[in-house]
This record gives sequence, structure tokens and C-alpha cells, in this order.
Amino acid sequence: MTREQFRPEDHPNDHFLLTTVVGSYPKPKWHDRARELHEVDDTGETSTVTTVRNPQDWPDFDEDAWEEAKDDAARIITKEHERAGLDAVVDGEMRRNEMVEYFAHRIDGYEFNGPVKVWGHNYFDKPSVVDEVARTEQWLVEEYECTSSVASRPVKVPITGPYTLARWSFNEVYEDTRELAVELADLVNEEIEQLVEAGARYVQIDEPALAQKPDDHAIVGEALEHIAADVPDDVRIGLHVCYGDYSRIYPEVLEFPIDELDLELCNGDYEQLDVFEDPEFTKDLALGVVDAHVAEVESVEEIEENIKRGFEVVPPEQLTVSPDCGLKLLPRTVAYRKMENLVTAAREVEAKLDAGEIEVPAAKETVSAD
Amino acid sequence: MTELVATTPGLCPLPDWAKADLADLKGHQKHDLVSGDEGEEITAVYDDVREELVDLQQSAGLDRVVEGQARWDDMLAHPLAVHDEVETRGIVRYYDNNNFYRNPVVKGELDADGDVAAELEAAAPLTDDRQAVLPGPYSLADLATDEHYGDDDEFLGAVADFLAGEAGAFPDVETLFLLEPSLVTSPPDADADGLPGVGPERASEAVDAVAGAVDADVVIHGYWGVFEERTHAFLLDTDADALGYDLVSDHEGAAYLVQEYGTNDDLALALVDGQNTKLESAETVAERVEWFQEQTPVSGYETIHATPNTELFYLPTNRFEEKLSVLAEGARLAETQEVKA
Repeated sequence: MTREQFRPEDHPNDHFLLTTVVGSYPKPKWHDRARELHEVDDTGETSTVTTVRNPQDWPDFDEDAWEEAKDDAARIITKEHERAGLDAVVDGEMRRNEMVEYFAHRIDGYEFNGPVKVWGHNYFDKPSVVDEVARTEQWLVEEYECTSSVASRPVKVPITGPYTLARWSFNEVYEDTRELAVELADLVNEEIEQLVEAGARYVQIDEPALAQKPDDHAIVGEALEHIAADVPDDVRIGLHVCYGDYSRIYPEVLEFPIDELDLELCNGDYEQLDVFEDPEFTKDLALGVVDAHVAEVESVEEIEENIKRGFEVVPPEQLTVSPDCGLKLLPRTVAYRKMENLVTAAREVEAKLDAGEIEVPAAKETVSAD
Repeated sequence: MTELVATTPGLCPLPDWAKADLADLKGHQKHDLVSGDEGEEITAVYDDVREELVDLQQSAGLDRVVEGQARWDDMLAHPLAVHDEVETRGIVRYYDNNNFYRNPVVKGELDADGDVAAELEAAAPLTDDRQAVLPGPYSLADLATDEHYGDDDEFLGAVADFLAGEAGAFPDVETLFLLEPSLVTSPPDADADGLPGVGPERASEAVDAVAGAVDADVVIHGYWGVFEERTHAFLLDTDADALGYDLVSDHEGAAYLVQEYGTNDDLALALVDGQNTKLESAETVAERVEWFQEQTPVSGYETIHATPNTELFYLPTNRFEEKLSVLAEGARLAETQEVKA
């Protein structure tokens, strides 16, 4: 099992529900300000769709200062995750502006033409693949090294999956999305190899584009075979999927070479949970137990009830507890309190499981020792 | 000799300056989007955008010029999203794209309110080569939720009457493009994805009601594939002057339809990809026209509307502008080649 290595030495209960987050976290306001200071040019334009006034009056904020600001933010958020009590922490993706853009900037073969609409006045600098893709620099190794150097808990590394990188780009070169996704999967595999070499033991592939088109599970399955090739057994590989029609991917995901499937389900009030009841769920389930897009903080009792919904699908040994999705769009205090309540609720549920006070519908039949 | 008319299905991307200005003025959330009663400041930005988009199309050499539909925050669902009897709810996926619109829920009688006509009035002084754009009734009904009429067939009829009323109030236009992607992606009679209980005959009657409301050339444009055979046959029976064929998504399927079932003297050919930054050349555009003419046993089309396959808001502005020029140049080249042939 890959999960026991994440049980803290001082864990208070016999049962262990691994608590973690999906990845992104609200950036400190000073960090956003630092980005603006760094990016603004003489005309007042920034890389995002904003224009600032009187740029000539702004102080010079060079590359070194900006790198330092990102390191500082990453350290603070890592510690914030630890303070909330999470078992596996992330740096809140402080270095990443957007989940596709960040990687596309680091992959040869991509170019940027400008922002395109996602909805309303929300835009995304959708990149174009204009040449064969290649990995010529590290993507996340430095991020991991920085985070793990300050973390006293194990660090999880979220990485945008090749299908999402392919689907959310303009593909000018490859025959189809499948071909591009498989090429990108080999690059993700190289990156994971280096992360593992640097000490990473928990990697999460983010594929929000999965479950949005019928039949895309076949492409993701193939891409994951490339990603997981030669990754040591003690490295935990998770797959995060959100806001899709899960009946399009289940039970096919059970064939994927992953340890854990991380799902947004709280947002839909667990309406899709029954999708995973039959056939038997044989992976670990990372269950979303707080909503990432509602600014109201769920109570500990409410989260306990949400956690217990997970036992309809898997026994406690296979349950990880997590928010629905990245928390970056929430106010930071709200995001923190959600994590704190999530951990408290998980520890409460563990204690009740230890005491035999919770019934587990998905419990495996075991032979009695009597 | 065939006339090549270079045009687009509209819904252009906002210029980057307007993306920033409008985000600042309106905000980023659901309730910040266009409601139909924008204040002066926002209206002024849209006026400037309209002028810029018209100018871009004219400079590129297009033969028909659209208003640009810059206000259509909810894409093809816009005409309902701003209606008084419609409530906009959660954000829902726009076809199979990574784009979202507010779910328009119809709560009362759909009388025409002149929202689209007012945009065209505003554009009228800017150009004489006016082309109107509307969602087709089938697609608009498919994108919306009905909580008033209670029956798919009746709802479709009401949406068609609403659009016909809207079209009837238009200033003079040369062409009306009715965008009907749902007729391709969720064809009538197929399954519960579309409008259950509405067959292709009823769907084409609804389209016909809108087509008959304007004194202009009407093009029914389907994309992300081509019309199903039965739908295609019924659409040919309507008063529309031309059907649109998406050669970018399925050129062979398009050629097959016309080989087997024929088409009108006029048609629209989608020759440029509205969802990929890869830039076609004018030669490619002309070759695609030539290829289609060779494939289909029609002695000579009167008019070919040369167009991108989809709306254009998917593109960054640089490629959007370049594609307009390519289309116009390609259309001219195709005409020249026909003369030589």
C-alpha cells in the first residue's frame, strides 16, 4: 500500500483517513501585487487582461525579487496547510498562474497568441501547439524541492495531465487530441521520474477535461500508461477529475494505472456517488467533502456526514479526504477554515470508527477470528 | 458564374482592450453579465467595439459584415438570456467546448423585445453590406430550459415565433445567418439529448417560420459535423435560400449529402476553422471551394457564402483578424480560378 507512508507518527487514531488538498490555494494579496509590479511594462500593460495607471511611478521589481516573492508565498502556504493539520501538503501552486499556461510556457512547441473567452469576462491565455512538443527544462522539481525543504509533512505534487494540456490548447500540429496527449504524456513521465528522484512520493495528475466528452477515457487511459511507466510502486499516483459526467468514465477508470481517484462530488450533493457503487470500487477514493466554489464554511458535523458518504463506496482503508477542487477562488480565510474543519472532521470520524460507532456499508467481508 | 460571398457566422472576439475595460466595468461573475439594460458607460464601450469590428471586416475585404455580437456574453443563448420573461441560472457547458453560458430558464410568454434589432440599427450607419445573425430556433430551444410552455413542441414553436418577431424588426439586411449547431450535434428525433418529441419535420417548420420573417437571403448554418440526411431533406423544403456545410469538420459527409440529395442554388461552405489558431492560406480556401464543386453534380451554384465553420469568439484576436483576410482573399481567388476554368 502506498498510503501508510503518509500516516504521521503521532497520529491519534487506529484508523487513518489521509487528509489532503487538491492543490491550488488563494494567493496572498501581496503576491498578486508583486506579480503586477514584476509584469507591468512602460505602457501599463500586464500579461493578464489588466492595465495599470501611471506605470512610470512603480518601483522596479526584477526577476530575482519576483522569484523570492514566489518562494516566500510557497513557504507560507505550505505552513498554512500544515497548521490546518493536513497529512499531505501542497504549496498552494503559488508559482502557477493557470494550470495549462504554466506548463505550456515550459514546453517547447507551444506559443501564445492572446486571451480567449471561457465564460463571461473570464479569459484564458489558451496556447497553441505549433511544433513538436519537447521537455527542455524542469517544470516542478524546483517547486517540489522548495516545498519539501520547509514541510514537515509529506508533500503532494499536482501536475496538469496530458489530456487536459492537449484538449485546452489549439492543436496546429498533431493529427488529433489523442496523438498530442500521448506525446505530452511522455513528457509528464520524464518530469515525474525527476520528481521521484528528488524524493516525491505522492503525485496527482489533474485531468479536469476528462469526463466532459464521451469516450475521452480511452485517451486518458492510454496517456496514463505512458505516465506511470517505470514509476516505482511506492510512489502514490492520484488522478483528479471534476465537474464532469462520471458515468462516462466509470468503470473504465478502474483499469487506469493509478492508486487513487480524486473526485468533486460535494458540489453536486453526492448525486453521482452511486455511479461508483457497481462494480466494486477497487482504487482508493479521494472524496471531495467541502465545496470549492461556495464561500460558506461547512461545519465539522456537516463534513463528517460527507465523509461517511464515502463509506458507501469504499472502506476507511481506501478513503482519502479532500476538498472538491482547488481552493484558489475562495477568500483565503475561508479556504483555511474549510481545511481546518476538514481535518477535524476526519479525526472525529476516525475516532468513531475506532470505537465502532460508524457503520461502513462498503466494508469488506472478513473472516472472524473467533 | 458563381458569386463568392466572403462572410462569417459572427460572435466575434472582443478586442483585448475591451476585454479589460468590460471586465472592469461589469465584473466577472454570473450576475455581472449583459442583462439588456446596460448603462451609458457600458453601452459606449460596446458602440466602440461594434465600430472596430465592422471596420476590421471591411478592411479585410469581406462581402458581408456582421454587427459582431460583442454583447452576446451567453453566446447563442443571448437573445433569451436578456429577455424579461427569462431567468438566468447556473453556468452550463456550451456544447462540447471549454466554454460556459448562463442557463436561460423561460418563465413566461416569449414576445420579441427588439434586443438584436437594436444592435443592427446601431450598426446600420456603418455599412451597407449588412448581415444579421441569429441562433436558429432549434438550437436556441435546445440551449434553454422551459418552465412555462411545458411541451417541447410548443416551446420550439414559441422560440421560433420569438425569433421571427425579432427578425421582423430588423433594419434592411442583405443576409440572415441562422446558426443551428444543435441540429447537427443533437439532431431532432435522435434521443433525449435534443428536444424529445420534436422530429426533423417540426424542427424545419420552426426554422422556416424564422426564415420567412425577413426579406433577405437566409442561410441555415450547421457545424461540428453536417446535418443528418432526414434533417437535411426537410431543411431543403424550407424558404431558406441556402444551407451551410461544414467542410472543416466533415468535408466528405458534406459532399455525400449534396451528391445524394442535392442542395439549393445557393449554399454556404465553411472553409476556415473557427476553433484553431492554425492559419489556412487563401489558396487552401480556394482549393476547398474547387474541390466541393468538383465533387457535387450541380451545373453551377449561383452563390457560395464562404465562411468559417463556427462562431469566432474562440480565437485570439490576431488569428481572428488574419482569418478574415484569408477568407476574403480565398473567395476572390476562387472566383478568378473559376473564370480561368
